[in-house]
Formats: sequence, C-alpha cells, structure tokens
Amino acid sequence: MKARLGALAATAASIPITLLGLAVVTFFIGRVVPIDPVLAVVGDRAPADVVERARIELGLDQPLLVQFWRYLTDILTGNLGRSVMTSNTVWEDIARFFPATFELATFAILVAAILGIGLGVLAATRQGSWADQAVRVFCLAGHSLPVFVLGLISLLVFYAWLGWLPGPGRQGIVYQDMVEPITGLLTLDAALANDWPAFWDAVLHLIQPAGILAFFSLAYIARMTRAFMLAELRSEYVTTARAKGLSSTRIVWRHAFRNTLVPLVTVIFLTYAGLLEGAVLTETIFAWPGLGQYLTVSLLNADMNAVLGATLVVGLIYVVLNLLADLLYRLMDPRTR
Amino acid sequence: MTTRRNLLAASGAAFLPWDSLIRAAHAQTPPGVIVMAKQIDDIITLDPAESFEYTAQEIAGNVYQKLVTTPNDEPSRLTGDLAESWTASEDAKTFTFRLKPGQKFSSGREVTAEDVAYSLQRVVALNKSPAFIINQFGFTKDNMAQTIRATDPRTVVLTTAEPTATSFLLYCLSAGVGSIVEKATVSGRAQGEDWGNAWLKGNSAGSGPYSIVSWRASEAVTLQANANSATPPATRRIIMRHVADPSAQLLGLQRGDYDLARNLASDQIKTLSGDRSYTVVSQRKASLLYVAMNQKNPILAKLQVRQAIKMAIDYEGIQRNIVPNNYAVHQAFLPEGLPGALTEKPFKLDVAAAKRLLAEAGHPDGFECSFDFFSGAPVGDIAQALQANLAAIGIRPRMLPGEMRAVITKTRARQHDLALLRWGSDYFDPHSNAEAFSMNPDNGEDARNKTLAWRSSWNIPELTARTLAAVKETDTAKRVAMYEALQREHQQTSPFAVMLQELETAVMRNSLRGMQIGVLSDRTSYATVAKG
Repeated sequence: MKARLGALAATAASIPITLLGLAVVTFFIGRVVPIDPVLAVVGDRAPADVVERARIELGLDQPLLVQFWRYLTDILTGNLGRSVMTSNTVWEDIARFFPATFELATFAILVAAILGIGLGVLAATRQGSWADQAVRVFCLAGHSLPVFVLGLISLLVFYAWLGWLPGPGRQGIVYQDMVEPITGLLTLDAALANDWPAFWDAVLHLIQPAGILAFFSLAYIARMTRAFMLAELRSEYVTTARAKGLSSTRIVWRHAFRNTLVPLVTVIFLTYAGLLEGAVLTETIFAWPGLGQYLTVSLLNADMNAVLGATLVVGLIYVVLNLLADLLYRLMDPRTR
Repeated sequence: MTTRRNLLAASGAAFLPWDSLIRAAHAQTPPGVIVMAKQIDDIITLDPAESFEYTAQEIAGNVYQKLVTTPNDEPSRLTGDLAESWTASEDAKTFTFRLKPGQKFSSGREVTAEDVAYSLQRVVALNKSPAFIINQFGFTKDNMAQTIRATDPRTVVLTTAEPTATSFLLYCLSAGVGSIVEKATVSGRAQGEDWGNAWLKGNSAGSGPYSIVSWRASEAVTLQANANSATPPATRRIIMRHVADPSAQLLGLQRGDYDLARNLASDQIKTLSGDRSYTVVSQRKASLLYVAMNQKNPILAKLQVRQAIKMAIDYEGIQRNIVPNNYAVHQAFLPEGLPGALTEKPFKLDVAAAKRLLAEAGHPDGFECSFDFFSGAPVGDIAQALQANLAAIGIRPRMLPGEMRAVITKTRARQHDLALLRWGSDYFDPHSNAEAFSMNPDNGEDARNKTLAWRSSWNIPELTARTLAAVKETDTAKRVAMYEALQREHQQTSPFAVMLQELETAVMRNSLRGMQIGVLSDRTSYATVAKG
C-alpha cells in the first residue's frame, strides 16, 4: 500500500513539471511565430500610436525573459489573460468551447470503445476468417481515409441526399438560445431542463461528427484489442482453460479479455485525450464550436493568450487522463500492487 | 430476466421515434426568420467604435445609423441618415448638422444631438483602431468637448482643426466608426473609463433596423428587428450561423436549412446560378488584390522592371479561369464604387513587350526573387498563375505561402520582394486608399505612418504632396479630377500591380427578396430582405 501511494505521489508530482515544460515550450514557440501579435489586437490599419500603445499593453516592449516571468506568475495565479478574438477571458472561452468538445469526444469514445472492443475481440477469436478480414479492412479505412473527405461524404449522404440527419452546428435554429446553459453540454442541459425535443435535436446533431471521430478511434482501438487478444488467446492458461472444458465465451470474456483490459485502458484513455484536444477538421466541417476550432482560429490570428491558455488546458487534460489511466492500471493489474 | 428477445424489443423501441425526430431536425427556417450561413469568426468586437472587421462592420451597418450615409444604388451620393441637413462655415472648419425628428433607438428613446456628440466623443476618447478616421480632423480627448458639441436637442456642431473638404468629412462620418449609440444606455453600462466598451462588444444600443440579441464567437449572431426604427425591417429575426466550410454552406442552402449562403466558392456559385431555385446577388466590394514590389530590391526599383511585371500578368485569364464569380479585373487604387475610381485598364498580357522592358532594364534573362502570398483559396491559386506568368518573361519567383497575418507582418517589416496582398478601403472617401497607396511622408525605418507605399519602400515626396493637396481640396469636382490624375500616374509608376477587385456574392433561395450588398461591408443591408 505504501509503495502504491509513493508511486502515485511520484506520478502526481510530475504534473506540475510537465505543465511547466509545456508553458515554456508554448510560450517560446508563440514568440517565434512569424506573426506580430499586435496585429491581432489593433489590425493592420491602426495608426502608429495605437500600435505602440497595444505593444506596451501586451508587454511586448519588455525583454523576452521578463515577458515569460510575467506570464508564469499570471498562470500561477490562475490568470490566463484575455482573448483578443472574443474579448472574453481565456477561462470564459474555455468554459464555453470545451464543453462542446467534451460532449463530442465523450460520445465518440463511448461508441468507439464499445464497437472497437467488440470488433477487436471478434476478429481475434475468428482469426483468418472473413469476419477478421472484414474488420481489418474496416479498420484500415478508419486509419487512412482523411477526416474531411469522410465528413463531407457523410454530410452529402446522410444530410443532403437521405435527409436522415441534420446539417452542421450543435443545434437546430428552432432550439437556438432556447436551452439555458448550465453545464455547457447541450444534451445534458436540455435533459436537465426537461426539454426533450431539444435533447433529441442535440443528439441528432452529435451523430455525424461524433460518428466520424468514433470511426477513427475505433479503428485504432479494434486493432489494438485484436492484437492484445491474440496474444492472450495463445497463452498457456487459455489452453488449460480449454482443456478443463470451459465454454468459449467464458474463456474469451472472463479470462483472456480481462487480461487485455489493462493495456486497453491506456489505449482508450490516450485516444480519449486525443479527442479532447479538439478535432479541428471535424469541428470545421460540422461548424462545431469546440476547442480545436478555437485554438486554430486563435493561432491563425496570433491571439497568443488564447493559444497559450488553451494549450495549457489541453496539456492538463492529457496529464490528468494519463494519471487516471495509470491509477486504473495499478488497480486492475495485481502485479503492480 | 434479460433475454435476447427482450433486448431486441428494447432496441426496436428505442428506434421508434426516429422518423418523427428526423422530420423535426429538418424543419425549414421558420417564417419571419432568415438564417444566413457565413464565416463569422473574424468578429472580435461589435462595438462600432472599435470594430474594423468585415462581419462586425456589416452588423454595425444594420444596427446603427450614422449622421450621413451613401445609398447602395448610387454609392457616391451622400444622403442624410440621422441628419436632415448640414452646412459648412466659410472657412470650411465648422460643420453644423440638423437631425431628423422622430428617429428612435431600439429602447424607444428619441435620438438627440447629445447622443451624436457622445458617440463621436467616445470614439475620440477610446482611440481604438478605426478612431483615426474621425481623429484625422484634429479631434482629441482634450479638445473634444469644444470641437464636438450638441448646441440644442437637434443640432450638432463639429469644428475641425484645418479647413476640410465637406465631402471628405461626410464620407468619414459615414464610416462604421461614425455609428451613433444611445448615450443613456451606454453610459449606464460604463465600467471605469471604458465608455461602455466592454458592454458594447457583445450588445447594441442603436437606432438601425435591427438590434443584437446575442453573439457567440465562432458560432452565431442573432439580430432582432427594432420595432422603433423609422423604417422597421421586413424580417423579424436574422440568424447568422458560422459555417466555415463553403461545401457545408452549399449543402445547407440546398437542404433549406439556410436561406442564404455568403461564402460559396466560384464553381459552386457557377453551378447554382443556372438553377432557378436560387437567386445570385453580386456586388463589387471596396477590396483590391494587388502585387506589391519592394523597392528595397534594386532590380524591382527599376521602372522598366515594374512595368514588365504589370505587362506579364494575364489579368483576364486569371479572372476568367480562377475567380469568375469572386473578382473582377480592376487596375486602379480606387475600387469601382468609390468616388473618383478610375475604370481604365492600361495593362494586358503582352509577353513580348514585358521581355523587351526587362532587357532594357538590363535583365534579359530575368531574375530570381521571393514571392509571399496567403496560401488560402483562391489567393493561393492566383499566386500559382502569377508564378507561371512571371516565368514566361524569365522571372523566377521563390514561392513563399503563409498565413495572411504572417504575410502582412513580413510586408510591414519590408522583408518581401514580391507579395500578393489584399487591401480593403477603411471608409468611403478616396483618401482612404490614396493615403495607403500614394503617400509616404517618411520613408525611414522608424516612420510612424506605415502606409502601403512605405511598406514597399516607395519614396514619393511629390506624389505625397499631391495626395495631401487632393484631400484638402474643397471643390468636390476638382477633387475627383485630382484623384483620377493621381491614379493614372500611379498605374504607370507605382510598385503596385493592382489586379482584381473583389466581388461579394450571396446565393439565396429564390423565396428571398431584397438582400443588398454594399461596396463597403457596413453598407450591406438586411432591412429589406424578406421571404416570399
């Protein structure tokens, strides 16, 4: 128990160091980007005095190390600054954009994990069969098809031709501004407000972008599950179990799959962390106001407070999910106790 | 007990409302509401004293009124918006405006001279990016109480520091920054010295046909009809949805989820223009695409080389093949639609003449230089066509694609050789572009006024003096003639190959009528747009 707590403390201690490293890297990358940050604040037309005033207000007249020290002290006090593009504090922006990404990523990872594991197990237990080949081709498509192509095809087929699903955006016009934002997750907010038509509208809007993200993620999860399962199914304990006369289902799910869960958890958590960074192309095609789009627009406009703040938050999410995966790993694998 | 049969039945039940859900998801836009698909992520603020971006300007034009404006059917004619009449003193320094009676803000309060004076004073005091349009008349924070005055509830008096051409002042007051806000509402929301800036970033207090309900960055803007407007709009609500991808805009328009799409690509517009289900509305914008040639490069500093480049460009071919519905050929620094604009096109593709000029300049085998451009469509495609055009006369450009602001940053540091750039007029007066393209009062590295001429290191004391003389000319006809002469000389000698003028095209479902696109963004009007 003591050893486990020690390991946990060591992992937790790595968080601030990782974040500090991230702050250093993003800050200095932000300063070498060949875009003048003042342009984002005052535009290309502003007279010299307005440009100069903005430069001083942004602290850009100070030496680089002084700028970095100020930035560091600001983030230590929780101040990520104000976004030029939206005029809000970066925290306010993250609070608005992140729930959209969170909702999308969570929906996608749930679908990806359930289907990916199912397909992976199916392929492994029927190795070499047509089902295995079909799963492998399906996963290959998931890995290799560009997301913008798939997104546009999906819109064309399910939205424009068949009319089964709504188009871009998080909600229909009828429901715009109708749901009181509590958590920022439209589905949850609509459910909390007992507004079921708005809930279903939000769910329908989620299906296409989340489905596409899920397709990409499940391709990876299914391949990994297949590989882990194949390794387990070749193990001696499986042969023993078969010799004992246990049913195939029991061997696969109660024994082999249970052992693959440990590495699979890490795979799923890292995939989830990747999705939470925001999928820029998916968000662009589906007009999804998420963190990926926010980061990209901010970066292209040299809105450095927004870029640095959002990057730190993404980094934090990554680190926390890593820690969680680590924790679960330790809980699930008796050898790590 | 959970059996397979129970599970299947439960799954089937879950899909029962599917059909009705699909129908609900595809309701057409409601009556009285117009939904517009547009790229709106350029909005930084909706405060008219601060905004300079296209979409924010367009919204300001529909939410606020100015003292004077220019009608879209005759853009160079000045008419009263809030002002009923105006007079100028003999010394051309004092301008008196009389307001129309009965003009009301969305709150229901009448627009008074106090509101006008407050609005212009807050522009001066805030001194944000577009403030120079007003401040260039000598208004400062220290003198604004004396120079911008309400003398009675319907009279405003402006006093300029120097004798000023009436048309120049009026055109500047017709810019988005000249929008009139309601003093009582805005001053009530002020925090410290911000003149209500923080509140007006996302709200409105205007007397235009619409008021702002909400703005969610990179997501949507909703406008509500101002019932108290002197001319209430035909449509109750306008919803602008941010749809970044033109293909997604097209699909939404075809499905009926959007009533109009604002950012379709040239080939998409071409496809829809032959379809009777849609109406295409197009208008020349005060926005130019041009090649800048940095005079710090000794080769580009030669007049023959600059002219050779201008003759090497296939203006018509580029327009026809790459951007037939998004740009028109234009070769003068004043875009068509602005007073004094020159429509002459002295340059056309002439490879032999261009090669001859290069040989005369001492470069018969051409030369190599860098070429910066914005990599996005369609500018990237135009840059590639230019590369082929220049190669035909022996010039070998090193292509340097980049993000728009990175390219601007580089040209502001005068580190380019050739650069393909875009320039939009700040306000309606010819001086807006004349100052940018043909003035360079100080060519030193630390110059305060970094005009486009400065950015290309074009040292032009004589042309600068003529541009300054034109802005001070009080006779309107004479003034226009001066700008025309400036443009003719500019076409021949400048390090700018002005190529194309932007066309803004909106495609609407044919049930829609009355959409007006203006030469400047703030002239785009939704006041008359309606269904049916």
